[in-house]
Amino acid sequence: MTYMAAEEDEGPPRIEPTSFDLIVVGTGLPESIIAAAAASAGKTVLQINPDPYYHSPFASLSPKDLISFLHLHSATTSDHDYTDFRTVDSPTDQTTDSSFNILPLSTRPLYSSVEVHVYSPEKVLDDSLQKEFNLDLAGPRVLFCADPMVDLIVDVDVQNCMSFMSVDTSYCIYDECRKGKGGGLLWNSVPGSRNAIFRDRSLSLKEKNQLMRFFKLLQAHYHSNSKSSTMTSNEEDDENNSSMKITPEDLETPFVEFLTCKIRLSPKLTSIILYAITMADYEQDNVEACKKDIVKTKVGIDRLMLYHKSVGRFRGATGAMLYPIYGQGELAHFFCRRAAIMGGISITQMPVVGLLVDKDVGNYKGVKLVTGQELFSHHLILAPTFVIPPGLTTPSVSPQDVYYDFVQQDAREKVVRGICITDNSFKPDVANCLVFYTPKSLCPDQMTSVRIFQLSSNVRACPSGMFVVYLSTICGDVVQGKRSINAAIEALFSTSVSGNSEDNSRDPLRENTVVKVKPTLLWSTLYIQELIMGGFDCVSSTPMPDGNLQYSHVVDAALKLFQKMYPDDEFFPKKMPWWNEVVENGACLSEG
Amino acid sequence: MHGRPRKAPTEEEQEASVVKGAKLRSIQAKFFQFHHTNTYTKEALEVNAKLLEMNPEFITGWNYRKLAVQYHLEAAQSDEDSIKSILDEELKVVESALMTNFKSYGAWHHRKWVLNMGHSSTDREMFLLKKFQKLDARNFHAWNYRRFVTALKNIPDEEELQYTTDMIYENFSNYSAWHNRSVLLSRLLKEEVEGYYPKEKVLTEEFEFVRNALFTDPDDQSGWFYHLWLLDQTVKLEHLPVSSWPPNGSNVNVSDYCALSPSLSSISRTLPLILCFSEAVGGINSSTVSVVCESNMDSNLIWTPISVDKSGLARTWLTYLTFSSEPMHPSRNYLVKVSIANSEGIVSSAGFCCSNPSHMAFTICLPSSNTEFDEGPDIERIDWSEENFSSNQLHSENLGLINSFNELTISGGNKKTYETNAKIIADEIAYCRELLSEMDCKIGKLTLARLLLAYDALSSASRGVQDQNMFQYKEILELYHDLMKLDPPHFQYYKDQYSLVFLKQELANEESLLKYCYQYRDSTSLSNNSLCLCLRGLSLSQIGCIERLLWVQMLDLSNNGIRSIEGLESLQLLCCLNLSNNKICSFSALEPLRLLKSLKVLDISHNEIGAHPIDTRRYLCASPLSHASDWKREEFVVSGPEMTIYWDAFSIFSGLNLRQLSVTGNPIADKKFKLFLCKLLPAMKWLDDEKLR
Repeated sequence: MTYMAAEEDEGPPRIEPTSFDLIVVGTGLPESIIAAAAASAGKTVLQINPDPYYHSPFASLSPKDLISFLHLHSATTSDHDYTDFRTVDSPTDQTTDSSFNILPLSTRPLYSSVEVHVYSPEKVLDDSLQKEFNLDLAGPRVLFCADPMVDLIVDVDVQNCMSFMSVDTSYCIYDECRKGKGGGLLWNSVPGSRNAIFRDRSLSLKEKNQLMRFFKLLQAHYHSNSKSSTMTSNEEDDENNSSMKITPEDLETPFVEFLTCKIRLSPKLTSIILYAITMADYEQDNVEACKKDIVKTKVGIDRLMLYHKSVGRFRGATGAMLYPIYGQGELAHFFCRRAAIMGGISITQMPVVGLLVDKDVGNYKGVKLVTGQELFSHHLILAPTFVIPPGLTTPSVSPQDVYYDFVQQDAREKVVRGICITDNSFKPDVANCLVFYTPKSLCPDQMTSVRIFQLSSNVRACPSGMFVVYLSTICGDVVQGKRSINAAIEALFSTSVSGNSEDNSRDPLRENTVVKVKPTLLWSTLYIQELIMGGFDCVSSTPMPDGNLQYSHVVDAALKLFQKMYPDDEFFPKKMPWWNEVVENGACLSEG
Repeated sequence: MHGRPRKAPTEEEQEASVVKGAKLRSIQAKFFQFHHTNTYTKEALEVNAKLLEMNPEFITGWNYRKLAVQYHLEAAQSDEDSIKSILDEELKVVESALMTNFKSYGAWHHRKWVLNMGHSSTDREMFLLKKFQKLDARNFHAWNYRRFVTALKNIPDEEELQYTTDMIYENFSNYSAWHNRSVLLSRLLKEEVEGYYPKEKVLTEEFEFVRNALFTDPDDQSGWFYHLWLLDQTVKLEHLPVSSWPPNGSNVNVSDYCALSPSLSSISRTLPLILCFSEAVGGINSSTVSVVCESNMDSNLIWTPISVDKSGLARTWLTYLTFSSEPMHPSRNYLVKVSIANSEGIVSSAGFCCSNPSHMAFTICLPSSNTEFDEGPDIERIDWSEENFSSNQLHSENLGLINSFNELTISGGNKKTYETNAKIIADEIAYCRELLSEMDCKIGKLTLARLLLAYDALSSASRGVQDQNMFQYKEILELYHDLMKLDPPHFQYYKDQYSLVFLKQELANEESLLKYCYQYRDSTSLSNNSLCLCLRGLSLSQIGCIERLLWVQMLDLSNNGIRSIEGLESLQLLCCLNLSNNKICSFSALEPLRLLKSLKVLDISHNEIGAHPIDTRRYLCASPLSHASDWKREEFVVSGPEMTIYWDAFSIFSGLNLRQLSVTGNPIADKKFKLFLCKLLPAMKWLDDEKLR
């Protein structure tokens, strides 16, 4: 592995200056947002990419690179063996200044159980094609038009660099059989807006009416909440008396209960809302199964409102969701670029071998590069692949602040991700779409919903004529999680060459709505990703991609880390002196 | 473009508008100079273009351009290239004006005017439309223009229909798209284009399409409007029931009705013949309606439309059969045969021609003793108090006369169609009920009421008999009753509908009709038939079911909430009318009375005439200012100074020959007014309670 091309000729390049406000090791999305935010706030920032692959674990890679990346970062022996398999035994222990100790920096495996199936090597692995693939490591993931990530891009992207494509449609697969209503799995499109309800062909008239009334109730609830309780609200109260209101008590009840008992939605609508709009992970009407993940009405309503605000926010966007053209990696790249524009320095493919620590107190002082150069900063942000070495003390922070959980997730949980390359779309005329398998719709031990995202060549995910499909599910039990994903792959695709499958007894899909011929698998991979959370300290670390479909945890983590470091600075100040041209919402987001 | 609150202009904006105004004035001044000197130079046209771009609403500017174009076209002779360049320039000017304001009538008109010359390519028009309709999908200017362009380009209606479907899928609250859909479908259905036939199939599909909108958002009106149009298409049938007086199969003594004839000729005796159709028709004359009598009858009949307007269309038509006084056999009944739609020529207001003749017959007798009716001085005042009326014992012969509604129908429709359409409506009723079971919805209730009524009409048409089943009416009445409570702003509309349905229910059959028939105490005080239809105290707000009441000579409508007596003009036999204690606000509301030439006794006491300074009905009524009036100016001038105050009373009463009139209890009825009435109605014997002469 060569780190820098100029190494042999001129000796290791020196970085000037050597002291920064902030050093960021990693070019993943949260690291890049923080680097850009700090640079925008006028801090001196150095962003180091220690990895041969940019923006990992939020990278978009070719099939070959993806596999070598996964192997590079996966556990070779066991899950708990945090050996540093890349430790460079270059002169680490000597420092130029004897007042520092050097703590060697080690990495941990982020992935495990990587499986790869190649059915048509000529179509996927040909070297000439590699450039045409942009496979997301952290897929499936989408942007909601009104989510904080998009707000951030709209605020920051004054030059209109990013382009997006709308997600055409979503389907919710819900096992009516299990609810005692007919048999088989039905593809229900997810009606997220008034006109989608109107157009929908799978809902009954009654369901359309119920759903729209529920949406209106939400709108009214949202408006009455957003309005201060002035005297004028009395009039509206009278007007809305006939309709139902959402009481504070309702907000604390489980959302599933609220939907079925209070709103009296049909089981089908309830499932669609729970799993395809509010994106619940665990089976909500199974109290035992979802002890840890019961969506409360308040949360459910907030997520629904986000969905609603997303529909129609941008003129070019047809649905609630967007996907960046050229893949997720573009997002991280966009913020890296922003950091650079704002004066940040970035160096690439430069491993960091150790942390410099104050000899007396044990405080963080700086980092040591593989070249031997020492760089100093007040703060350090580390990508999740690094283990914060023990022996680092934290002087100024009270114990309860030391580690901050960005997402309340069970520590034992992992995400199973799958990527498939296929020769056809699930549905004719649909290029980019989401599919949600509700819990237990695939197999009886499917505890969590399986989320699937199909992308076409129009977002440059793959060469034209092919489709890329991402699958993911959260699981406590890895075997069971993999079984769910495999079941989904089998339900959706056929393999011309029989791949290894664990379960051959799945019922075929009901063919009434789905395309008659299943798409054929060309290539697939399955891997388990650790859910490592971020933390704040003098050395802070960013989280791994979570099991959700959105980026909210990324923005959240970046914002919190930024605020901890710079409580007095604004996170991406809106009025930059040279941003005179205020761009209206959405104008800078083009249809792609 | 819709639902945007108006903001007060900021100071900067105000300043900018002042600057713009000054600039506009200077350009305008320049323009007028050119205009007044008929200067159409390049420079002049440029000034005009600039002006129109700034202010596309400036109609004079557009007119000037038209003159200029004509001027240059003449100069260009028939040089195709220069014609094209002149017109292309116009299209460019319009386009930039539309960029300033795409709702400018003048600009759109100018564009049409240019394209209509036929020299310009229409290719750009669709592109332009796409742009404007993206900006505002409901913009009716763009939709209007779209219809114009598609006609010019000969784009098939089917293609345009698909476009409306796409637009509706994008946003189903698009009135303009629904409207265009109805326009296109009307044409496709009329021309029976392939795929749009039979009509029933299309209607079923359309009902299903709009149903999705109604269920998704019942609060959105656009879908309901389309639904109402569809309902109208489903009910509109080539079916035209007719009722007559004398009724089919009845026996009439001509002498009983002599008093009703316009001229009391001692030589001849006359009998009115009245035809009442379910909607206004035209073309009733002696060739379309043939009347044949065994006896000597003047066969040259003159049919009069009974209508307040002069359109020549009327629901009710009247003629007088004149029998010569030559001796007829006194005890013999003579047969009169009537054939309606005997020849083609009857056209309904809905536009279909009636070609299926319908026949009826009745008998007459002419007693030999010429009991000339005479209004002697000893004739008594009609007293409307209740004790003067007794429940009647009808003679069988009278019964025949009451039952004026018969199943005469002139139509070209086939019963199968009625059945299919009734089935469509029945389905809609079921869906409407489903919706109402989910939620309370005013428009849903109103639609259900309309659907039930439509179903009643269709099923009776398909069976050829009036539906005797009352339960539908009961439900409709309950719906309107609910609506009156739910939706107070539209109370009066619901009340009117309620009244119509209520009358339908009550007068639908003989048995219930007879419950409202009373005998006036002293039958001698009236010329004949002292049977009174008594509809008092039923809280009616208007009259309906007129086709069943053609026989009525004495009608009590007192103590209701009547505001309008529209339709009453059909009761050509009406002699005595009690409208006391109602809510009639003006004399103009009484206009139908002008057509009741037999009216002798009228009670309009205790109404609200004169209470409202503004008469909201006046514009509907013939007035000296209205060209529809048959006023004679001389008559108007001579009648004295009170005329200027009481002209509307004059317009109602001057043509009537009232014997008895009650006006007390109306704010207008002071001494002066009563004096005016005495002057106006010399034949009047009683005014209020006073005997005059």
